[in-house]
Amino acid sequence: MTLKLVTSPLFWLTIVFLVVAAFLPLGVSGYILGLLTVAYYFGVFSMAWDLLFGFAGEVNFGPTFLIGLGAYTAGILNGNGVSIPVCLAAGAVAAVVGGVVLALPALRVRGPYFGLTTVVAVLILQNLIVVFAETTGGEIGLTVPDVISIDAATNYWIALGFMTVSGLVLFAIARSPVGLILQASGQDPVEAGALGFNVAKHKLAAFCVSAFFSGLAGALFVFYMGTASVGTLVDVSVGVQVIIAAVLGGRRTIVGAVLGAVFLIAAGEVLRPLGALSTFVVSAMALAVILFVPAGLLGLLTRQGQRA
Amino acid sequence: MTAIQILIDGFAISALYALGATGFTLIFGVSGVLNLSHGALMVTAAVVAWAASSEFGLGPFGGAAAGILACTVLTLATYALVVKPIDRSTAIPTVEKEIFILTGTLLWGIMIQEFIAYLFTSNAKTVMPLVEGIVLIAGIRTPWNQIVTAGVCWAVIGLLWLLVNRTRTGKVVLAASMNPRGVTLLGFELSQIYVVIWLIYGVLAGIAGVLLGQFLGVSSYSVGPLTASAFSIVVLGGLGSVSGSLIAAYVVGYLETMTAYLVSPAYRTIPALLLLVAVMYVRPQGLLGRR
Repeated sequence: MTLKLVTSPLFWLTIVFLVVAAFLPLGVSGYILGLLTVAYYFGVFSMAWDLLFGFAGEVNFGPTFLIGLGAYTAGILNGNGVSIPVCLAAGAVAAVVGGVVLALPALRVRGPYFGLTTVVAVLILQNLIVVFAETTGGEIGLTVPDVISIDAATNYWIALGFMTVSGLVLFAIARSPVGLILQASGQDPVEAGALGFNVAKHKLAAFCVSAFFSGLAGALFVFYMGTASVGTLVDVSVGVQVIIAAVLGGRRTIVGAVLGAVFLIAAGEVLRPLGALSTFVVSAMALAVILFVPAGLLGLLTRQGQRA
Repeated sequence: MTAIQILIDGFAISALYALGATGFTLIFGVSGVLNLSHGALMVTAAVVAWAASSEFGLGPFGGAAAGILACTVLTLATYALVVKPIDRSTAIPTVEKEIFILTGTLLWGIMIQEFIAYLFTSNAKTVMPLVEGIVLIAGIRTPWNQIVTAGVCWAVIGLLWLLVNRTRTGKVVLAASMNPRGVTLLGFELSQIYVVIWLIYGVLAGIAGVLLGQFLGVSSYSVGPLTASAFSIVVLGGLGSVSGSLIAAYVVGYLETMTAYLVSPAYRTIPALLLLVAVMYVRPQGLLGRR
């Protein structure tokens, strides 16, 4: 197992990527670091989503429900004078609790029904945020009094470190026996159940893990940005970006999601001169990848190496 | 007074919802495709109708025709360029086709939305009404246009019913929704049936879009909410069940209108969403869904 991992091209690609990424602050401007910081947090959102979709086979259309819960819980607590570490923990816990509340009924239904339940959860959260504008800042957004750091390089390293650790944990889960059971439950729940595995329990666990990382990433993101708003963290379109990043990078790979997120953010930035058409072009490119390279960018890179 | 106002307003809005959701549910019932670019197709119809009637001087009827035509062409393009290639692809495992079609149509919808915003800006546009003037119904000032909207919606739904139940093409479509393999064995080309259904869907979405543009006005921001409302109406009614969608459209339409009048327009969509969640808990297959 260990030997196979060390000899796989994916492993070395990841190491090279991380080493280059770690030394980036020495060479590039604060602006690019800021962009990459955002991309790394998005990468965590997408990786957490990929665990649920790629392995548990459940299409969660509402990743932003979990992200938003974490972000807003942390933000609101911080506004009331709670210190940052406690806020982060509370954000992650809130997302897990929300994830369980959402998953219990949602896992009873499958396919499009599950997807819809998760979208509805996002819409309800969005409405609640607007209705309770006094606490949440409503449509204008919530400003948190504390930030982790104002130094671009520090923020960048925190995001990179957080992404690496999350990626390791999620990847380890995906490759563990539990991950195999999840994959089996996703592909054929009846047979997985007949083999004696508790499908519902495993999926619920996957949901909790996904929620934990989404919520924690959401909370960290708030303390990086200094604000939380519906438009940047909760809106369905943000969730769509998370999903596109994961599918673009290569589903069922966990690591591919980061690649997709960096690609999306970078493409959006490079195409900025196109103005209003930039989103059009990014969507068109994503659609092309889905149509012509369904295995995603990572699948393209490691095609000869391993067939997952 | 308010009660009658709610009855009248709710009826027209619900009729629009019903027409918008009918095509969506038809496509799902027959080919199992959930088209997430639905809202973008409707907005295209409305925006083209607006541009043709107000900017190029084709008048309300010419504009409506242009809008419906544009929407139909775009709907067929959706099938040919996005749905069909994914459906035919050998690189995508069958179990994952669904998520690919969802993601693909979603991206396609975003592309249409952005392109409309680029060409016509994202400002709200109201399509020239087919008829002007107002009429008093039980003391309520009601625009004729609202009555025409509801009338056209029901006429089109009626025509669709006739088409499905009384014509040969319609019966083949109905059969395909029940058992695609059986229809193929009887010598019908499934891919041709799909084209027919997407054509019908395009016309339905076009009409609904143009009427929506006259009644409420649209902007490129309406794309997401329109898709979401069609999706929730269809799930509430039971995926693939046309009559279920009609009932659900009225439930949602009246619930929203009542909330807007009696509570506050800001809370408009919340009760319908809660109802949807409640239905999913108790009866996941929807009101009239078969499972």
